[in-house]
Formats: sequence, structure tokens, C-alpha cells
Amino acid sequence: MDVIMNEEKIIAKDVSVFYGEKQALFDVNLSIDKNKVTSLIGPSGCGKSTFIRCINRMNDVIDICKVQGAIEINGHNIYDKSVDVVKLREKVGMVFQKPNPFPKSIYDNVAYGPTIHGLANNKTDMDQIVENSLKKAALWEEVKDRLNDAGTGLSGGQQQRLCIARAISINPEVILMDEPCSALDPIATAKIEDLIGELKETFTIVIVTHSMSQAARVSQKTGFFHLGKLIEFDSTDKIFKNPSNSMTQDYITGRFG
Amino acid sequence: MNREIRLKKRYAAEQRFKLYGVISILTALFFVGLLLFKVFSGGATAFIKTTIAVEVDYNKELLGFEASQIPSMEEVKQADFYDVTYQAATGFYKFSNDAEEKSIRTMLSGRYEQEIKNYLLNNPDLLGKKEVLYLTTSDDVDQLHKGNFPRDIPEERRRINNFQLQVYDALVEQGKIKTKYNNYFLTNGDSRDAEIAGVGGSMMGSFFSIIICLILAFPIAILAAVYLEEFAPKNRTTEIIEININNLAAVPSIVFGLLALGILLNTFGLPRSTSLVGGITLSLMTLPTIIIACRASLKAVPPSIREAALAVGASKVQTTIHHVVPLAMPGTLSGTIIGLAQALGETAPLLLIGMVAFVVDIPSVPTDPSASLPVQIYLWSEQAERGFVEKTSATIMLLIGFLIIMNSLAVWARQKFERKWM
Repeated sequence: MDVIMNEEKIIAKDVSVFYGEKQALFDVNLSIDKNKVTSLIGPSGCGKSTFIRCINRMNDVIDICKVQGAIEINGHNIYDKSVDVVKLREKVGMVFQKPNPFPKSIYDNVAYGPTIHGLANNKTDMDQIVENSLKKAALWEEVKDRLNDAGTGLSGGQQQRLCIARAISINPEVILMDEPCSALDPIATAKIEDLIGELKETFTIVIVTHSMSQAARVSQKTGFFHLGKLIEFDSTDKIFKNPSNSMTQDYITGRFG
Repeated sequence: MNREIRLKKRYAAEQRFKLYGVISILTALFFVGLLLFKVFSGGATAFIKTTIAVEVDYNKELLGFEASQIPSMEEVKQADFYDVTYQAATGFYKFSNDAEEKSIRTMLSGRYEQEIKNYLLNNPDLLGKKEVLYLTTSDDVDQLHKGNFPRDIPEERRRINNFQLQVYDALVEQGKIKTKYNNYFLTNGDSRDAEIAGVGGSMMGSFFSIIICLILAFPIAILAAVYLEEFAPKNRTTEIIEININNLAAVPSIVFGLLALGILLNTFGLPRSTSLVGGITLSLMTLPTIIIACRASLKAVPPSIREAALAVGASKVQTTIHHVVPLAMPGTLSGTIIGLAQALGETAPLLLIGMVAFVVDIPSVPTDPSASLPVQIYLWSEQAERGFVEKTSATIMLLIGFLIIMNSLAVWARQKFERKWM
């Protein structure tokens, strides 16, 4: 009897991305497991951010950006013509490099997603959603007495957790994180990393990071990108202890990048 | 050694640069000060009028009532005031012939009969009693009292004859000449008589025009700017539209007047000389200003806010309306107010659509013929009478005042609604 250890949540098939004439990604193939943290590492400009932005079609915003190939989530190609981008982003949330809370109250920041998707029937429902999201983002204790204060008045680390709360408020299946800790100090970073560990119980997480130690700490699988190509993709243990590609070896040992 | 010289030179250059800056600012301030001084020194007296203390006898018989009769208000309103007003207007100085009588009567403004009647209507218990009223003098006496008429030129070149001068001097001696706040200036419409001409009509005209301009230009400009900035594909067509909008902002305003004359008045047959047409014309002029301000503010909204909204599944329209437009509002509002201030001071296009007409009545709806403040200034500046000179300056004062208020409002709006997002 076969036991399926890892359920594949996202499968990328021959994904290539072009910015006008310039090709930014070359035939990327990888699969991301459900309820695991997958990290994408590589030097600046290697295409890891471009790839993660393909998963919720954030690249659609850029006029000159063209995506080829297919990305399947739960077996459905998200680049299919019939796919509604709004529906897709309900399922695939995103946290950005720089904390970007709305210039509104903490409460409104979290409540915005549920409001536009009609997830709450009344104020009590909404309060519950906001509280749960903030609790899951490990921010509730710090802000429960000042939910009406501006979200932009929080510290950098708190703002980033607020953005995580905002992302999980609409119950996505996948959370994409694009260098979520690059603007934060080590203490705030440690908090977010702990949080990622907890969140993977509920969500599938893909994280782009500059920090190899972070990738080693939080993820179960790691992909190494270089110059738009996925050089190696394997379990984090294997990548950091015994990479099969010499370029990966050079990068993680700090010889370039 | 060489280094020290170079350092000294650099300091000297810095000092020179600062000096140039200070000189430029002082020059600019000097001219602004000169302008304000000229306008205020010339215009301040328009808010003051000269009056003559005249005893008015509200005699029942002179009004055509029986001595014992107690007339109703309606009857008083209908009464013939000719005898009462004639007696008052000729009674404050003794005269010996018809020419002198006329000279005395023309020392009062054309409004004196109404002033006498209205005073009684407001104080009905004065009926049958005598009361000293301060009646507005004619423009000539007013200017004489304000020291604007030289007395030492020959009589035939003076607007005030020798007898009137004699009366004036006697009245001054008796303390019967008094200056009072000019209640006519802000509330009356235009008039051929400078002493009762006011800016009430043109202020209403300007007000209606600006409101119509705002109602038309603001929504159209915002929608155009939001569409161009957030939704329109970036291609040749939108580029051409963008260039044309920028060009439109630089078109001389009189061209908009020609356009309005040709299309609004001649083709569509809208009523001439009205603030309705004025407002539409000004909105054409204001449109590009607001579009440019709004687009600049939209551009300044950080993309991270758009991404944040899109990432939680907001549609493009939701992202724009919920987040981008509110953040662009402060800049747009201040741009709008500045555009409106420009429109308020605009004269040329209004001349072409006939808002230059002489309008005595105060307009009550935008389709009434009316003037506007800048056009009123233009009209009065052409008048030869001395009394209109101070009125011209006073109107400029009002206009400058409104412009300062609107510009401060723009600054206030920007600071008040500006929200930090980083």
C-alpha cells in the first residue's frame, strides 16, 4: 500500500517569463508540497521573486510581462483563460518584502480582505475573523487594546505581522512570502520565522529569501535559482549538506552571490 | 596654500549664491508689497461713505394721511413720500433760486428717497415724528470729503459748483457731515452712480460660475485622470491624449471664450451673459489643471499599496477606489482649489460670452445675466468718474482676499488629509 507522504500542492511546468524582450525565467519545473515551507534562494536578479509572483499572477500588473508554461494549483492551471485572478488571489495570499499596511487602522487592515470577499455576515463575525487572524499572526497580544490605531504606526516587525494577518484573514491555501524579513531586525526576524513554522500547519508556504540560514531554519524544501534557471531543487537538508550541483555548493558556501 | 585659496573661493561662491537668492526674494516681495500698498491705499476708502445729517419730518399729512389716522404698514408702504423726501432733501440749507435748489438736492445720492422711506418702514413708530437721518451723499461730495477733488481749479471744470462748495463747508462747520460704513458696496448691484454701485451682483455671478465650474470640472477631471493613470493601456493613443491635456493647460484663456461663444451661445443657444455659460467656460479651462494635479497625485501613491490590495484579492477597480484614489485626494483637492482660484480671477473668456454687460439686478439663479468680480474690475476701470477708481481698487482687494482664502484652503486641505503610508 502506497502512503502518500507529500501531497503536491503547486506544480510549475516549464514556466518561462519575459519582460519585453528580456527573458527572466527559463523553463522552471518544480512542485511544492502541501503544508510545507518551500524556500527559494539565489543571488539578486536570479528570478526567484519573479517566480513567486507568478504563483498568484501578480506579474499581470506589469504590462510588458509575459508568462509561458503552466502553474497548477490543486491540479488546475492558474494561467488558464477561465481562471478569475481575484478568485486565485483569494486562495493564494502574499506578503511583500517591505511591510505595506494600508494607511488605515489595524482593524481595517485585517478586515479589508474579508469585507470585499463577503466573508463576514455581521460585526461580530468580523471581530472574530480579525481576532483570529491577528492571533494566528502572533500580533493579537500586542495590539488588542489599540485596534483603531493606524497600522502604519506599528514597528517594522509588527507591520509585517499585520501584513501576514491581512493575508491569512481570507483563509488562503497558499501564502507567498517575498523576502518578508529583509527589512527587519534579527529579533523581529526570529518572531516571523517562528510564526512561519506555526503557519505551515494550516497553509502551504513559499518563501523567497536572501538569507541561507533562514532557508535552512524554516524550510523543508529549497530551490536554488541562478540567472533565471532553477539549478537545483531538493529537500533543504540535501541542498545544504550535500548539494548535487557544484554551483549550489559554491553559493551556499559563500563563494559567490 | 593652493588648497586654502580654493577653499576660500568655494566659501565666497557659496556666500554669493545665497546673496543672489536673498536679493531675488526681496525684489519679489518689494513688488508684491507695492501692489498691495497701491491697491489697499486706493481701495480702503470704498468701504466708507460720506453722509449728511438731515432732519426728516415723517408728518402724517405730508404722507397723505389724516392727522388722527393710524395707517397700517401696507398703507405706509403705498404712501406718497414725495413731499417728505423733498422737504428733507432741500431743508438742510437755505437756497434762493431753482439752480441752488437743484444743487442742494444733487448733493445727496440718487437713493435718498428710498433711504428715507425704508427707515420709516423699519421704524414704524416714527410716523408723525421728526428724526435726524444720515443720508448718503452723491459721489461728488463723497470724493470731495475724501480729499480727492481739488478745489482750486475753475468752477466750470469742477463737478462741484461754488454754491455746493459753500454748502459743504457750512455743513462741515455744523458737524453735519459724517463718514459711515458703506453698506451699499458689498450688497448692491452695479449702478451708474458710483455712490450706490456695489459688487453684490458680481460676487453672486462669480460664486455661481465657480460652483458650476466645480460641479462640472471636478468629477470629469477625476474620472479622466484615474482612467488614464490606472486603467488605460500605455500606447500611442494615450500618449497623444496626455500631451494634448498638457497643451490644453497652456492654451490662452480667451480661446476658451471663443469656443464658448461659438458653441455654447451660437450653436446651443444658451443664454448670453449668464454665470451658467461662464461656469461652463471656466470648467473647460480648469479641467486640464485638475487632471494634471490628480494624475501627479495618483503617480505619487506607492505601488506597494496597490500590490497589497491586489494580493488580498481586490479587483483593479476596488484597489483604485478603496486605496489609491483616497490617497491621491489631498493633492487633487489642492490642485482643484488652485484651478478654481485661477478660474475666479479669469476675465478674458467671460468678456467674449457677454458677462461684461452692465447688470444692476443681483442674479438669483445661474441663468440670470450677471457680471463677475474680475469683469467688474474691468468695467469700473473704464469709468471716468472718480468714485469708481476707489471701487475698482476695493474690488481688487476683495478678489485678492478670496484668492488668498482659497489658496490657504488648498494648503490646509493638503496638510489635513495627507496620510503617511510609510
